[in-house]
Amino acid sequence: MDITRIDQIIDDHNAEQSSLIQILLDIQAEHHWLPKQALDRVAEKLDVPMNRIQHITTFYKAFSQVPKGRHQIHVCMGTACHVRGAQRVLDTISEATGIKAGETDAELKFSLETVNCLGCCALGPVMVVDGEYHGNVAPAQAADVLKNYE
Amino acid sequence: MPRINSPAELEEFRRSILSKRSDDRPCITLCSGSACHATGSEKVAGAIVAELENHGLTGQVDFRRTGCHGFCEQGPIVVIYPEGICYLKVKPEDICEIVSHTFKEKKLVERLLYVDPTNGEKSSFEHDIPFYKNQQRLILGLNRKIDPKSLEDFLAVGGYKALTKALFEMSPEEVIGEVKAAKLRGRGGAGFPSGMKWEFARKAPGDQKYVVVNCDEGDPGAYMDRSLMEGNPFTVLEGLMIGAYAIGATEGYIYVRQEYPLAVDNLSVAMKEAERRGLLGKNIMGSGFDFTVKVHRGAGAFICGEETSLLASLEGKPGEPKSRPPFPANKGLWGKPTNINNVETWANIPVIINEGAEFFSSVGTESSKGTKIFSLVGKVNNTGLVEVPMGIPLRDIIYKIGGGVPKGKKFKAVQTGGPSGGCIPEAYLDVKVDFDELMKMGAMMGSGGMIVMDEDTCLVDIARYFLEFLSDESCGKCVPCREGIRQMLKVMTDITQGKGKEGDIELLENMAMATQGAALCALGKTAPNPVLSTLKYFREEYEAHIKEKRCPALSCKELIAFHIDPEKCKGCGSCLRKCPANAIEGGKKTIHVIDQEKCTKCGTCIEACPAAFQAIGKLSGVPVPAPVPQEKRALA
Ligand SMILES: Cc1cc2nc3c(=O)[nH]c(=O)nc-3n(C[C@H](O)[C@H](O)[C@H](O)COP(=O)(O)O)c2cc1C
Ligand code: SF4
Ligand code: SF4
Ligand code: FES
Ligand code: FES
Repeated sequence: MDITRIDQIIDDHNAEQSSLIQILLDIQAEHHWLPKQALDRVAEKLDVPMNRIQHITTFYKAFSQVPKGRHQIHVCMGTACHVRGAQRVLDTISEATGIKAGETDAELKFSLETVNCLGCCALGPVMVVDGEYHGNVAPAQAADVLKNYE
Repeated sequence: MPRINSPAELEEFRRSILSKRSDDRPCITLCSGSACHATGSEKVAGAIVAELENHGLTGQVDFRRTGCHGFCEQGPIVVIYPEGICYLKVKPEDICEIVSHTFKEKKLVERLLYVDPTNGEKSSFEHDIPFYKNQQRLILGLNRKIDPKSLEDFLAVGGYKALTKALFEMSPEEVIGEVKAAKLRGRGGAGFPSGMKWEFARKAPGDQKYVVVNCDEGDPGAYMDRSLMEGNPFTVLEGLMIGAYAIGATEGYIYVRQEYPLAVDNLSVAMKEAERRGLLGKNIMGSGFDFTVKVHRGAGAFICGEETSLLASLEGKPGEPKSRPPFPANKGLWGKPTNINNVETWANIPVIINEGAEFFSSVGTESSKGTKIFSLVGKVNNTGLVEVPMGIPLRDIIYKIGGGVPKGKKFKAVQTGGPSGGCIPEAYLDVKVDFDELMKMGAMMGSGGMIVMDEDTCLVDIARYFLEFLSDESCGKCVPCREGIRQMLKVMTDITQGKGKEGDIELLENMAMATQGAALCALGKTAPNPVLSTLKYFREEYEAHIKEKRCPALSCKELIAFHIDPEKCKGCGSCLRKCPANAIEGGKKTIHVIDQEKCTKCGTCIEACPAAFQAIGKLSGVPVPAPVPQEKRALA
């Protein structure tokens, strides 16, 4: 982890305490998770106690304090996707990857997350792999998509 | 032209933009909203640029990438002007034909036109497609005419006229008076009169005041705010600035959920553009009005849409709500008077100022004025965003615009208002949609999510689904919400898993009352709504689950089984090849059977079985027939 880069992100936000969440989001965007070292640095430079940072990182769902897999799978469980069978898509993906929502496999290949609406409801059910959207996915097709990832 | 220093300079700039444009000029537009992006509009854009160049048309045909048109499932959408020819589901390989046929020979590419699923009729033009024809798109309509990052495009459609009028021709009180006279009610959920709210903030004592745009849009299944923010950020900014002027605020915040990166990008570009031209910042257009604005990304918490939580989050804290009063209008961000409105509410302001309160209040019903954007999704033929005048019957939205329920299935209910809303059954489809009528139905306007459900949707499961969502999203600060929702969810889960007991319904009703009455914020107070409304209209479905261990919609996983009818199975093997769980046994010319132990109930086999055979079905509440013995499976 590159501390100067973390410092730069903090400085981009003028090291303001009120920008804590924005800073953590930016760090997370680069690492896909929040290493302890980064949090220590943020606490030090913003002069906020670690327990407040911990409160924030556990309250907001966007943050993760465990490493993520090389490929991130997001399955939308929003209402529109739900009525069009999102649960079955999720079950099939769980089956195919051997992990449940919120988990990362031991080889750090996949992380599986659920989200509550990606704003593409018309295409439901929707899954996103590494930022690439797949709309109107059927369970069998979801499992097929994952075969393309190493 | 650099900075714009007066209304006259703005008009001069606008004239110079318009002089280079004409309604007759050929233009190809491509929707580049999020959904179209997901269906491949990026590649289509590349193809358009290349193909126009190939044909030497680059300087003669304009190419514009716009925001969401609303008809997202049909994307990527290409519209060709001046005629307004509309092509749907366009692929990069179609572009060559579009350019050579439509531009060069003025002929249509038939296969890309809209086909009405109910009668097979084709529509060549955007304005002929029933989905669009029956809408009144006062707010959303501009999306398709402009590139969201282009100030020039925005000015070409009349942008900043309302701001100029407010700043130079109206006093803050007059602006508030106009919004009050228009009877605009907030589009974020509760429908509070916006003009009144502005007045509270204006009258609140304090030098420093804030205005905030709520683009958290946590409602699952709703995406109108996304579409507006992505597609027309300038209009939201313009509305916000008019509000700031009226209230006396000089700083604003735009709270956007981080799941909406394109909205953040387009908004940031728009803000920079506006700043560069002096339409944001100090002394805007020489009026003496200063206004700066910051974007704040959310971090994935539904409760942050609630205004007091949103403010806490803006201050860099966990988004836990506070009890009100004091209201944000008096004590908001950093204890200062603050006015929060929803994205769509802000977007309505320029329309009110430009067209006047009289026009605005001529649209809609007595108690709900103007139009409302709904996100019409679920089991409906034409899914997408629809903007309609308040008071339109639900039936018109679902059938005239939405084209009804797909695959000949029966309509069952429509869920409105998201997790705080309710389900409306067929018998009430003629209700006129406005804030109060929906409330009377035990549903709600909410942010405008409208999820259509057909006979295959289990409404007990839908109510359970919302409880699960809310149990996850409850901030946990107060006990009635934290525990009440959790306990209701437990009972509901048991019911959908066939473990329901006599008395569960009464227990649910009691818990619902307690949670409604005692929770601190509206999340907890409204959480029981989906349960209560489904109990009201679909009680027999609860009873079937509890008493007969049967899911009438054949949807609850624990209560159903998949079964191949040995009389109908032709041994084609389609289901076996598709089954992801290897749960199907069979062979050439052999009756196939499902191993109930292995089956994960994913439903793939039903879709895989050819329509001519339809050999696979679902069972609930009855035992699965024993499989045909091995030796009798061979087909003649
Ligand atoms: C749990 C909860 C979630 C909410 N989420 C949103 C939201 O995502 N967007 C929104 O505009 N309003 C949301 N609201 C309503 C806001 O608290 C507030 O009423 C609204 O932003 C006011 O804007 P309006 O007057 O323009 O409607 C939510 C309310 C509650 C209780
Ligand atoms: S009602 Fe729920 S979300 Fe609202 S404060 Fe109480 S626990 Fe938090
Ligand atoms: S429901 Fe799914 S798992 Fe069960 S038999 Fe059909 S395809 Fe296989
Ligand atoms: S509900 Fe899945 S994208 Fe909106
Ligand atoms: S994103 Fe293209 S129509 Fe909605």
